[in-house]
Amino acid sequence: MIDSPYEHHDYDVLIIGAGGAGLRAAIEAKQRGLKVGIITKSLLGKAHTVMAEGGIAAAMGNVYEEDNWMVHFRDTMRGGKYLNNYRMAELHAKESPERVWDLEQWGALFDRTKNGKILQRDFGGHRFARLAHVGDRTGLELIRTLQQKVVSMDTDVFMECKVLKLVHDADGRMAGCVAYWRATGEFVTFAAKAVIVATGGVGKSWKFTSNSWEGTGDGHAMALWAGAKLIDMECIQFHPTGMVWPLSVRGLLVTEGVRGDGGVLRNSEGQRFMFNYVADMFRAETADSEEEADKWYDDHTAGRRPPELLPRDEVARAINTEVKAGRGTPHGGVYLDIASRRSAEFIRRRLPSMYHQFMELAGVDITRESMEIGPTCHYIMGGIQVEADTAATVVPGLFAAGEAAGGMHGANRLGGNSLSDLVVFGRRAGMGAADYVQAGDTATSFDLGEVEAAVRDALAPFERATGENPYTIQHDLQELMQTKVGIIRNGPELEEAKGQLDEFVERVKNIAVKGGRAYNPGWNLTTDLPAMLTVSRSTAIAASLRRESRGGHTREDFPQADPAFAKFNFALSSEGGNWDSPMVAVESALLALPEDLKALLEEAK
Amino acid sequence: MTAVESSTKVVLGGTRGGPEAATLRQDRWWLQPVITVSVLTAFVIYSTWAAFQNRYYFVASPVHLVSPFYSPCLASTCTPGSKIGFAFSGWTLSPALLILIFPLGFRLTCYYYRRSYYRAFWWSPPACAVSDAHGAYSGETRFPLIMQNLHRYFFYAGLVFNVLLTYDAVDAFRQSGGGIAMTVGTLVLCVNATLLWLYSLSCHACRHLCGGGVKSFKAHPLRYRFWKFLTPLNVKHMNFAWASLVFVALTDVYVRLVASGALTDYKIF
Amino acid sequence: MADVTMRIWRGDSSGGDFENYTVDLSEGEVVLDIIHRIQATEAPDLACRWNCKAGKCGSCSAEINGKPRLMCMTRMDQLPEGPVTVTPMKTFPIIRDLVTDVSFNYEMAKRVPALLPPPMPEGGYRMFQEDVERGQEFRKCIECFMCQDVCHVIRDHEENKQHFAGPRFFIRYAELEMHPLDQNDRRDLIREEMGLGYCNITKCCTEVCPEHIHITDNAIIPLKERVVDAHYDPVAWLGRKITRRTKRSAAEAAVQPAP
Repeated sequence: MIDSPYEHHDYDVLIIGAGGAGLRAAIEAKQRGLKVGIITKSLLGKAHTVMAEGGIAAAMGNVYEEDNWMVHFRDTMRGGKYLNNYRMAELHAKESPERVWDLEQWGALFDRTKNGKILQRDFGGHRFARLAHVGDRTGLELIRTLQQKVVSMDTDVFMECKVLKLVHDADGRMAGCVAYWRATGEFVTFAAKAVIVATGGVGKSWKFTSNSWEGTGDGHAMALWAGAKLIDMECIQFHPTGMVWPLSVRGLLVTEGVRGDGGVLRNSEGQRFMFNYVADMFRAETADSEEEADKWYDDHTAGRRPPELLPRDEVARAINTEVKAGRGTPHGGVYLDIASRRSAEFIRRRLPSMYHQFMELAGVDITRESMEIGPTCHYIMGGIQVEADTAATVVPGLFAAGEAAGGMHGANRLGGNSLSDLVVFGRRAGMGAADYVQAGDTATSFDLGEVEAAVRDALAPFERATGENPYTIQHDLQELMQTKVGIIRNGPELEEAKGQLDEFVERVKNIAVKGGRAYNPGWNLTTDLPAMLTVSRSTAIAASLRRESRGGHTREDFPQADPAFAKFNFALSSEGGNWDSPMVAVESALLALPEDLKALLEEAK
Repeated sequence: MTAVESSTKVVLGGTRGGPEAATLRQDRWWLQPVITVSVLTAFVIYSTWAAFQNRYYFVASPVHLVSPFYSPCLASTCTPGSKIGFAFSGWTLSPALLILIFPLGFRLTCYYYRRSYYRAFWWSPPACAVSDAHGAYSGETRFPLIMQNLHRYFFYAGLVFNVLLTYDAVDAFRQSGGGIAMTVGTLVLCVNATLLWLYSLSCHACRHLCGGGVKSFKAHPLRYRFWKFLTPLNVKHMNFAWASLVFVALTDVYVRLVASGALTDYKIF
Repeated sequence: MADVTMRIWRGDSSGGDFENYTVDLSEGEVVLDIIHRIQATEAPDLACRWNCKAGKCGSCSAEINGKPRLMCMTRMDQLPEGPVTVTPMKTFPIIRDLVTDVSFNYEMAKRVPALLPPPMPEGGYRMFQEDVERGQEFRKCIECFMCQDVCHVIRDHEENKQHFAGPRFFIRYAELEMHPLDQNDRRDLIREEMGLGYCNITKCCTEVCPEHIHITDNAIIPLKERVVDAHYDPVAWLGRKITRRTKRSAAEAAVQPAP
C-alpha cells in the first residue's frame, strides 16, 4: 500500500523507546490483540530505566497501614509544587499498587516483609515507607521483567534503530516514522495507525548528568516538530547526590536510598547542614534536632522526618549553597555519610551496587568512609503535553508516556514516582492507542515527502568535505547548558544562552562527518544533535519566562515562588515543524482541581 | 512440535572480529594448569604405587593405625587387626584395589575436579579466553562423560567411607594393650577424617540433596537450615578438595613410615 | 599523567587490523573514557557500543588484554604497564570495530518458557525473603553477555550455538526453577534443547561476571542436579511411580500462557 523507497514495516501500534514506559505500553496494546512494534536506538534491556535504583512508589500500605492513594496523591502534588496535572497524579496514586502487582505476576522478585508482602522503603518527600524495591537495582528488575514479558508475547523489537522523524498522513494524523539502522546506516520506514513516544529524558545536554547517552530528548523534539506541545520544560531535576570524583564518573547517580536507609549530609566542617534549609512548607513535619531525626528511622511515630529526606529540589539547592559558601569538599561536593551510622553488613546488603560503584570507580569503601557527592542533572519533569486518561497528545494518533510526557510530576518529581509513572502511564498509553486504533479513524496515507526531507537532512553531513566536529558541538552545548541553564539560573544568562543556542543551530548545519554510515558514532551523534538542541532551546525559553523559583527551576533573580505563576504551565509549540524552526510559548492553564481532591490538599497544609 | 522450534532460529556463522590468535592474554594464565597437572600427577603416581605395595598399611602399636588407602581392608589376606569382620577370601591382589574405586570415583566426578582436569589435562579450555585444544566438542552429553551424572552415588559411597575412616580415627585412640592413648598418628587420622568430611559436606550434590533441590525454603525450614549451613562450606569446596587430597596421601605416608619402622609413632599421652 | 598506547581493533566483516593510538591519562579514568577521547579527537567513526557508563546496562563489553571486561568498569590505572589491547567480543559476529552482533542471545531469550504463576490472591502474592533471594542473585544479571562470550562451548565451537543456551540463560532457567510461584517444569527442555550437558563447568562464566553472580555454583550445578533428579536417579523415579506424579513435558510447559 505504501510505496516506500526503503525497507518498510506496518503496525497497528508503533512504540518508540524500549524503556519501562514503552515496554509496558507494548504489553497492553499486545494484549488487546494488536500488531505491535517497538523501536529502540539501543539494545533491548539497556534503556535508562536500568539506572533507577531506589524503588517504585506505590501506596500498598505493606509497611505502614496508614498509607493509601490519598496520601500518595498529596505527597506527589506537594513535591511538584502544585504544578502537576492533578488527574495524572490522581491516576498514578490510585493505580500504582496494581501495576506493581502486575510485575510480580510476570516474574519480578521484590524484597519482602516478614509476612511475605512486598517490602517498602523510605524516600524523600514520601510520608510513609512506600517504595517497593530490590536492593538498589529496582530499575533493572523492572526492565528485565517487562522485557521478558514482551519477548514471551512474541513482540517485534527493532534494536539499534534510530528514529529521525515522525510522519503524518495528508490530514495531519500520525502515520508512522522514518528511521535508520545503526548497524548498516540504511533507512527504514514504519507505517502505524498509532505511535507512542516513550523515549525518556534529555539529560545528555548537560555536562554533569546521571543520564546515559540515549537521553537526548528525541521523543520530546520529534513530538514538538510533529505538532504536539511541550510543557514545563524549565523544570529539570538536579538529583542532590551524584558522584563528584573522579572526574570521569562525575554526575553518576548515588541512590537516594542511601539517605532513606540512614545516610546524612555533612559539610567540610562536619556539620549536618540540612537542618538549616527546611522551607516553611515542610517545617511542621521535619525534625528540628538530630536526636529527633535519628529516632524516626526506626519508628516514624517517634519523631519527625530527617531533613535529608526533603524533596530533591530542596536538598540539591542546599548542597549548592553550602559549596558556594566555601564549606564544600576538596572536589567541590559535600559528604554523604552512612559509614558512621550503619554497620558494614547492613550497607553491603541494602546498597550493594553503591558499594561496588564507589569501590571500583573511586576506590572508596563506603562502609568505612564518607562519599563525596553533589547535584547532577537527573530528570526532566517537563515533556509532551498529554491527556491524563489516554496519554493522547493534540496530534491525532500520537501518544506519549514516561519521562517524555509532562504534567505528572509538576515542578519537581519525588524519588520512586518515576518507575510507577512508567508502568501506570505506559499502560494507559497502550490502552489509549488501542482504543484509538480500534475506533477506526486512523491515518489513510503516509507522507513520503517528510521521509525524504529527513533522509536528506541526515545525509547532508557526509557531503561536506570540511566542517564542525559533532563531538565538539556536543561538548560545547553541554558546557553552555551546565553553566547558564543549570541548577541556579538568572535572566541575563538565560538570554545569553538563548542567543548562543541559535548559533549552535547554525553550527549543527555545518557538521562534516567522517567515515561511512555503518555503525558510525560520529554520524549517530550528529543525528541526535537536532533533538538535543530543540530541548535545550525549549528549556532556555521556558526558564526565561518563568520569573520565579519553583521546584526544579531556580532563579537567583526571582528566588521566591510567585502564586501568579502557580496557575499555568508554559506550553511550547514549533512554528514550522522543523528542528531549526522557531518556538512559541503560551500560558496553558492548569486543570481545575475537583473539590474532594482540593480538600485533601487543604488538609495537608 | 514444541513452541520453541517454531518461534526462533539461531543463525550460525558470520565473520568474527579480532585477530586470529588462540589468546590475547598476557598474564600467566598457564600457571594454574601447570600446578594442577603437577599435583594431580604426583598424587596419582604415589597412590598407584602405594596401592600396589600391599604392605606397611597397618600399625598395631602403640595405637592402631590403618592407612586410608587400605581401609576398610576387605581381603582375607589383610594384615590381622586391620580387618573389619567381612573379607573376600579369593582376592589375592592388594586389598587397596578393592575399595579405591569409590573415593576415586567420587573425586573423578566431583564438580570441582572436573573443572580442574578439563582445564589442565584436556585443555578444554586451558584457561578462560584461551582457545580449546579440540576441534569438536560434545561436553558431558555422551558416553563416557555423561557418567558424570552419577556423582551423587559416589557421594553416598563417600559417606560410607567417611564413617569407616572416622571409626579408624576413633580406633586410633585405643592402646594396643588396653586403655586410651594418643599419638601423632592418632592426630593424623583425625585430621584426615575431618578433611574428608568437610570435602564431602561441601560437595555440590550434598548441598542440592540436603536443601538446594526444594522449590520453597519457607515450606521446608529444616532443609533450609541445612542448606544455609552447607552453602559457606560449598564456597570452600575447592580448598577442601585439595587439602583432603594432599592429606590423605600424607596420612598414607605417615602410616607407611611407621609400619616399615622408619619412624616411631610419637606418643603424646 | 603518563601517555599510554591503545591497540584497538578496527574493522568489519571484510577484515580488520589493530590501530595504535597514543593518549594521555587522567586520574581515575576507565577504558571507555579513553575510547571516547579517541572518538572525539582522532577517530570520530570508531564504533563502540555503550549506554550508561556506570556498569549497570552491560552494553560496553569488549576484550581488554584478551579478557572479557566492561570498558566502563576497567580502570586504566589497574591495567599492567604497556600497550592496552582492546578487541571486540570473539564469540559473536562483528559489526564494526568493537561492536558485535549479539542477536544469538536474544534468540535464546525467545526460547525461554515464561513464568507460570497461580492466580494472584487479593493484595498480591505472598513470598518470603529466603525464597526470593536465590532468584534475586540471578536477576542481578545486566546482560553484558561476557559469560556467553567466554564460554568455550560456543566461543570455540560455533556449531554448538544451535543447541546451547549458554550461562546467561542457565541462570535464567535456574531463576525460574527456583521461583516460588512458578509451576512449569523445564528440566527436560534444559537437558534436551538448551544443552545443559555441554557445560563442563570450567567456570569461566563465573570468573568474568561483572555482577559477581555465582553462575556455576548457584545456577548451573543446581540445574545439573535437578536434571539428575529427573533422569538419573532411580530413587526419585521410583518415588514418582509410587505417588503417580508425572513430569510435565517441556513442550507442554513451553506453551503454558503466562497471565
